[in-house]
Amino acid sequence: MIGPNGQQPGDTLLKLDDVHMYFGKVAALAGVSLDVKKGEIHSIIGPNGAGKTVMMNCINGLYKPQQGAIYYAGQQINHYSPHVRAKLGISRTFQKIELFSGMTVLDNIRLGRHIHLKSGIGSGALYWGRAKKEEIQHRNFIEEEIIDLLEIEAIRHKTVGMLPYGLQKRVELGRALALEPTLLILDEPLAGLNLEEVEDMARFILDVNEEKRWKVTIVLVEHDMGVVMDISDRVFVLNFGNMITDDTPEQVQKNPEVIRAYLGEEDLYTTRR
Amino acid sequence: MSAKDAPQIPRDLTIPKLFLEKCKRYGKKKVAMREKEFGIWRPITWEDYYNNVKYLSLGMIKLGLKRGDKVAMIGDNRPEGLWAEMATLCAGGIAVWLFQDCLMEEVKYIIDHSDSKFLVGEGQEEVDKGLSIFDECPKLERIIWDDPKGMRNYDQTCLVSIAEAQKLGREMEREHPGLFEETAQQGTGDDICLLFYTSGTTALPKGALLSHHNMLSMGAALMAIDPCTEADDFVSYLPFAWIGEQMMSISCGLQVGFTINFPEEPEVAQENIREIGPHVMFAPPRMYEQWTRTVQVKYLDSTWLKRKIYSLSTKVGYHVANLKFDKKSVPVHWVILNWLAYILMQKKLRDHLGLSRIRNAYTGGAAMGPDHFRFFHALGVNLKQIYGQTEIAGISVVHRTGDIKFDTVGTPIPGTEIDITDDGEIIAKSPSVFLGYYKNPDATEKTLVDGWLYSGDKGFIDEDGHLVVFDRSKDVMTLRDGRPFSPQYLETRLKFSPYIQDAWVIGDKREYIVAVMCIDYTVTGKWADEKKLNYTSYPELSQKPEVYELVRSQIMEANKDLPTVARIHKFVNLYKEFDPDDDELTRTRKLRRAFVEDRYRQIVDALYADTDTVHIDTVIKYEDGREAHIITDLRVEFVPLEEDK
Repeated sequence: MIGPNGQQPGDTLLKLDDVHMYFGKVAALAGVSLDVKKGEIHSIIGPNGAGKTVMMNCINGLYKPQQGAIYYAGQQINHYSPHVRAKLGISRTFQKIELFSGMTVLDNIRLGRHIHLKSGIGSGALYWGRAKKEEIQHRNFIEEEIIDLLEIEAIRHKTVGMLPYGLQKRVELGRALALEPTLLILDEPLAGLNLEEVEDMARFILDVNEEKRWKVTIVLVEHDMGVVMDISDRVFVLNFGNMITDDTPEQVQKNPEVIRAYLGEEDLYTTRR
Repeated sequence: MSAKDAPQIPRDLTIPKLFLEKCKRYGKKKVAMREKEFGIWRPITWEDYYNNVKYLSLGMIKLGLKRGDKVAMIGDNRPEGLWAEMATLCAGGIAVWLFQDCLMEEVKYIIDHSDSKFLVGEGQEEVDKGLSIFDECPKLERIIWDDPKGMRNYDQTCLVSIAEAQKLGREMEREHPGLFEETAQQGTGDDICLLFYTSGTTALPKGALLSHHNMLSMGAALMAIDPCTEADDFVSYLPFAWIGEQMMSISCGLQVGFTINFPEEPEVAQENIREIGPHVMFAPPRMYEQWTRTVQVKYLDSTWLKRKIYSLSTKVGYHVANLKFDKKSVPVHWVILNWLAYILMQKKLRDHLGLSRIRNAYTGGAAMGPDHFRFFHALGVNLKQIYGQTEIAGISVVHRTGDIKFDTVGTPIPGTEIDITDDGEIIAKSPSVFLGYYKNPDATEKTLVDGWLYSGDKGFIDEDGHLVVFDRSKDVMTLRDGRPFSPQYLETRLKFSPYIQDAWVIGDKREYIVAVMCIDYTVTGKWADEKKLNYTSYPELSQKPEVYELVRSQIMEANKDLPTVARIHKFVNLYKEFDPDDDELTRTRKLRRAFVEDRYRQIVDALYADTDTVHIDTVIKYEDGREAHIITDLRVEFVPLEEDK
């Protein structure tokens, strides 16, 4: 699949160039550079407070870095607000679930389609012409591509707030996918899930990355080293706002500095094997 | 009813021949099946059905399927499953169905024992199962699958998708036009069509061979009693590996031509049934037990007014149902009251259960408690008991409308003779009696004698000519006073309580009767929440003194009308539920007594010893493969026995 501006797999899709982000005098990011290629799963790991979520917020536009540049598909996007970046194809999930808990699963996912709605108030109110056609298209997309993929048929009409945590995480992924993103940022999608839910979620992430229909590039922030080392193409290690390394999982596991700063001497990442 | 009333099925008629005839008759005009997919019910006409079966069948022939070859199938209920079965039969093959939740060893045993050449699986999960045993089953050549999800990285040469197989079928059609019809028209009713593995409460599964004539004559006989029409709807959601589902979807479905509906996912089957509102259904007792439990729990949850309406309406319902059971006419004022009860309660409740249009609801495959039975009749649901086994194509005895006794299973279907041997064993003779067990002449010899099928069940025929099934011969217990007693009877009574998931009654030739109880985690858990009892897990909840008290009260309720010697005197709450994955239940959820007796010997010994606890130190396995070490003390408690009045 060809991405925005005719990108091919292997081209740089997202680039952070010497990004600095300060909160007062605290440097959350002290000159971070990242290069995400199209089609890969690029994980960001690091101890708590390393600045991983800040980095995601910079990419998605919630924070504006004081210094440095962010490029998406060759285009500098520093000054774009989040909704413009969403239109460009950047979608995300949150570390703490940010769903509308009083709405149904279906409504939450539909909300993700908002940026793809073209018809106006008039035709929407009359449900005629473009609005009708559009709604049927969106319905098909949600049902065939998202609900079927994430296996949430049984909870379609359930209120999100009533669902167990693991399913809520799945719904959040569904909403992010409704944007039909080119780049998907997943902020700790596995936190708080049980073993079975982790396996399911890892499978969905791989599906979205590999299935011909999707081929979404993924930036994954995660603490579960077993999954990170299993599914990532590259792993970026962050510590107190500084990059330690950015390499393949095999190399990262061998890196003495990473072991000292984060992984510890034990083979933490082999827990799931 | 004698043999001459039976509907006659021509000896050379086969399922494929009937299939061709129906497809030709209905074509594009009629919907053969529906599947709920992507949130919408999608119709499949008889023409679509025909084309899918045709090209799949030709594809299988192209891949090397010969007449008499076996094709094993596994997967949820879905159109592709039925197409695969029909395609196999049309190519002259024999269909072997596996339960969806079969463990690896069972899959391997059945595929190997049946000499299956192909395995048709639904998606990645089934393909994985197939691939992991592929090298150990030398006769298995191909694995055919239909759901592409997760299959992108599989490139083994033995894998073929249904779409690819159908493409091969189209090529075959170009090379040999008319081959499909020619093959489907071959054969006679005496050819084997199904090789069905019985769940087996005691030993390894046995493969029963059923002919086309077996299946068709059984379906015709059932339809002669309770006719269905072409316009009827049926929901197929129970495993195809269960003979009852084959009986409805294939034997009856094909002869009548009613529409078969497939739910979206097994988890939403109940909602989907409600959307369809089927006219006929056949389910094992556990489904009905589940429904009763749901209603009882919702009742406890609802408001005062609703509870009042419910209890008044059920009172009326029970009274009218009892009059009907006694074959007495219902007085006018009761008819009016019942109509009111219908408007106020029954109608809505039936709608919620998906029973609003039901004409005949059948249950079979295991014993059903009289309480459940009366419950559904009080709702105005025409629930009937079916008795039969895989070896007689599913059914030999059934209740007739207007002649229902809840402690019997009814009278033989047309063409079937029932007799009781001197030992009290039920034997049957009919055109549906199977041909024998596959590769097991010893078992065949024991089961089939002079055309009579020896069921292994004890029973008798009552004064109205109804068959009463007492229990499996080997399960019948002898009480302290020498009388025979059926543990199943007590167990089904206990299961009427919503708090009890399973019960196991012991006491053959013993001083008194004891029981091992499995609480229903959801319902009892909810009860505990309301009582503000803290618990974290099933083992902990089951051992709470309050829960023991609750279970004791439920046992006393079941003990009520029984003679003292037949009452449960001591019981234990088990730390887990019985599970087919642990071999404690069969796939159709029948208790494997010999197995549990061996496994829980310690508990049984404690129940008959002078002790009030039993120490358990064991390992249990969770569904995701994890193991947990359980060390716990189970309490042994008494149930007070009153003397006989």
